Amino acid sequence: MRPNRFGPALPKTTPFTLGDSFILCGVAALLYVGHHLAFHAPAAISGPDVSLSPYLLPWYALLSVGRMAAAYLLSLCFSLFYGYAAARRRTARVVLMPLLDVLQSIPILSFLPVVLLSLTAIMPDYLAAELAAIILIFTSQAWNMTFSFYQSMTTIPGDLREAAAIFRFDGWTRFKTMELPFAAMGLLWNSMMSWSGGWFFLMAAEIFHIGSRDFRLPGLGSYLQTAASRGDTAAVLMGVATLVSLILLLDQLVWRPLVVWCNKFKIEMLEGEGPPTSWFYDLLGRSWLVDFVGRRVWQPFLDRVDRLETSRPSTVIIAMPGEVSGQAAFSFPFLAALGSLAVAIFYGSWQAVSLLWGVPLPVWGEVFSGLFATFLRVCAALAVALLWTVPVGVAIGTNRRLARILQPMVQVVAAIPATALFPILLLALLATPGGLNIAAITLMLMGTQWYLLFNVIAGASAIPQDLLQTTALLRLPPAERWRTLILPALFPYIITGAITASGGAWNASIVAEYVEFGGRTHSVTGIGALIARATAGNDYALLLAATLLLVVTVVVINRIFWQKLYRLAEERYRLE
Amino acid sequence: MREKPLSSNAAVPERLLELRGVVRSYGQGERQLVAVEKVDLAIQAGEFVCLLGPSGCGKSTLLRIIAGLDSATSGIVLYRGEPLLTVNPYATIVFQTFALYPWLTVLENVEVALKARRIPRPERRERALRLIDTVGLDGFESAYPREISGGMRQKVGFARAMAVEPELLCLDEPFSALDVLSAEALRGELLELWQNRRIPTRAILMVTHNIEEAVLMADRVVVMGKDPGHIVADVPVTLRHPRQRKDTAFQAWVDRIYGLVTGRRVAVAVAGAQARKKLPHAHLNALAGLVEKLLAEAGHNDLYRLSGELVLELDDLLPIVEAGELLGFVTVHEGDLILTPLGKAYAEANILARKELIAARILRLPLINWIYETLQQDNNHRVAWEYFLEKFESDFGDRAEKQLDIAIMWGRHAELFAYDDKDGELYLEG
Repeated sequence: MRPNRFGPALPKTTPFTLGDSFILCGVAALLYVGHHLAFHAPAAISGPDVSLSPYLLPWYALLSVGRMAAAYLLSLCFSLFYGYAAARRRTARVVLMPLLDVLQSIPILSFLPVVLLSLTAIMPDYLAAELAAIILIFTSQAWNMTFSFYQSMTTIPGDLREAAAIFRFDGWTRFKTMELPFAAMGLLWNSMMSWSGGWFFLMAAEIFHIGSRDFRLPGLGSYLQTAASRGDTAAVLMGVATLVSLILLLDQLVWRPLVVWCNKFKIEMLEGEGPPTSWFYDLLGRSWLVDFVGRRVWQPFLDRVDRLETSRPSTVIIAMPGEVSGQAAFSFPFLAALGSLAVAIFYGSWQAVSLLWGVPLPVWGEVFSGLFATFLRVCAALAVALLWTVPVGVAIGTNRRLARILQPMVQVVAAIPATALFPILLLALLATPGGLNIAAITLMLMGTQWYLLFNVIAGASAIPQDLLQTTALLRLPPAERWRTLILPALFPYIITGAITASGGAWNASIVAEYVEFGGRTHSVTGIGALIARATAGNDYALLLAATLLLVVTVVVINRIFWQKLYRLAEERYRLE
Repeated sequence: MREKPLSSNAAVPERLLELRGVVRSYGQGERQLVAVEKVDLAIQAGEFVCLLGPSGCGKSTLLRIIAGLDSATSGIVLYRGEPLLTVNPYATIVFQTFALYPWLTVLENVEVALKARRIPRPERRERALRLIDTVGLDGFESAYPREISGGMRQKVGFARAMAVEPELLCLDEPFSALDVLSAEALRGELLELWQNRRIPTRAILMVTHNIEEAVLMADRVVVMGKDPGHIVADVPVTLRHPRQRKDTAFQAWVDRIYGLVTGRRVAVAVAGAQARKKLPHAHLNALAGLVEKLLAEAGHNDLYRLSGELVLELDDLLPIVEAGELLGFVTVHEGDLILTPLGKAYAEANILARKELIAARILRLPLINWIYETLQQDNNHRVAWEYFLEKFESDFGDRAEKQLDIAIMWGRHAELFAYDDKDGELYLEG
């Protein structure tokens, strides 16, 4: 089932709960622990040189893809376990779902120094840098996939669940024949979204300065940054070209075939019109080798797994088709673990608070004014995005011929991570007055406008033909037509897109407001700049203060502003 | 018929299933909703039993309790004399919606049930193929469910259920999602498999709301009523197989069961509606249509024939009849619907006069009247929707919102009052 709106589903939660404060304490504690560990990190590190030779580009591209793939595998496993636990156990759900909601609003980049420095304290630098990059990408990929899997798990039709129960499927059979196939479509689409999110942060994660420690990983992101910072336009162009061809290649060789293959997991009983096609999938289907491996390796392997499962005594407990009851979860080890976790969190957050206590009042003033400045930038980016995406999206969504020509182009352009283009942008804009401000807003815009555009296109193409025709017959003037039909019909889609977009924009502020370029540091007032500055200057109190404030702001805006609009959209502007 | 060969103890048929005082309720305290109330039921080996009743009478809930997919709030469920604690290992279900896994082929859908029972691959393939053959689907083994028709999908559902050789086969409205012809064909095929003992199943329990279907297939019909779900009657159908729908004896049975379903139901529903002043879930437009049809048929018609002619399920027709009775436009007498003089006047009136008549009649209903009075006493003639809902909740609990929706719908129809969605308020019309 293809999600007709792109973005995370909002869990229905109340504005601020006890669980939230618990989780925030946990976040503060984590930051504190990282800071504590970081003291033991080596004082100065110089990374390997990144060469601009074009012959190295394929190798760099391979390294970057490898990092992405590792992070993606991690995200996939995490999504499956986390989503499964949250869906099957009520007690787990109470903690896990709000936690996920907060996790996805955390500015990922402000965790990088903490993660990186903690890792260098316990392992070699290069390994720490690799791991940190992978963890960073993981945190940009995992949440929406987890939400998707959880949602699929909880929306499996009742009759299928009952059939699984009455035919006494054990856990493995249930997972293999029902839960995973049902979730496959949603997981796939979200995986694709996650990969574009991953590219965005990979570009930022391959070169990182923390104080006098310079972390570098050979890869496409570091290549682009180095090239831009040396002003080598030819190298920048080559890097971008490599990245674009890489993304296109992955689309053709991995994602499209997967989409075609996943089409069989559609739940609808009707044959859809125009199923997706892929030349590579067809090619694989005709290949003798694939057939051979499938029959001789994959099928026996699956049988082996099945037999392993079925060789266990058949005393499986046959549960009701619903969820596992939470009773068993309250065992002693569980309670003990929960208790020690609570103690640790309490201790950590206590330390974090004492760290915050040391932040002087003027600095707090700076943090709040920075927050306000970034807020204005986020609003500006959203406004600009809305201004162009709505008309263009409606044009594409309501005009089939235009859609055929433009849709693939838009998809390619959207696939280029904004962070890859950021150095070029800086090259062009830094010299102009207010240059970084414009560049920052542009980066936020580039990272977020696509969510809006795709949602508007989806919304516009979902407007029923009869309503469009009626409006045409009534000969309403254009302004009236937009007011009575198009905007109300688009409203839910715009809201869904805007929620994702604004979250992304806040996150992008850390990359956008503070840049080291051509050997100099440029920055504008903003919370992202503060976080980046605190990172570069080893100022953990400031990092903690700014990060916590950013998290609280994003969560509160989500809960109070966006969720209200989302509910309005669901209730009043839904076209059935 | 399926009876054990005569022997000394054959007089006592083996009792497979027994329910004693089974209650199923949801929620607690004030909000408690009782789905099934104190049901006693037993099923003997060799029986084909039909649970018959209108939607919402808890018959599917009962089926799920028997299959072990749901548990009773109180009461005892015994299978072969043992209390049933988990999923019933002797039973399977054939679902109304088929419940096939769309990503598995016909063969795989049948096989997966055997795989879960840990039957080794060669045997399971052989058994699955044989059953697919039995239900007449050979040639379609590698088809996906979306590629075959509804009737064929349900055949897969039957094959899958029979593959695990259940002692008790539970059927949850298995034919109601099918087109008329496929349903009839499948009924015949099931009866043939059952009566010729081509399947090892020892008893069948079928849930349905279709009276003819029950009379056609069952040895025993258990009639259920609703609010809360309870057993109204338990009748053995003594007609001989093969049964023919056109036979007068068959029709007599249908009429008899129909009387059991409606007679009691109309009486109970109307009495209940009066007592609790409850509004039936009916559009007044539909009532207008019903009254006009009655007028065209000289003022009276048989309820059963009417539901057939209007292609309305009894469940959908009865609320309209209840509304007609509440307004005094029709009366029900022994399964006949009769137009009153008031109803006749209504049917012959023009649109405006109809509205006025409706307004006058529904103002006599305490609920509507109370809303109207409340709005009149307010200075702006506007009162928040929540206010009414709160009052309704003390009377109707869970169903308050639905009741208020109906009241607003009727008020709008009569142009007495309406609802402003933007402010969430009710206001006086005119």
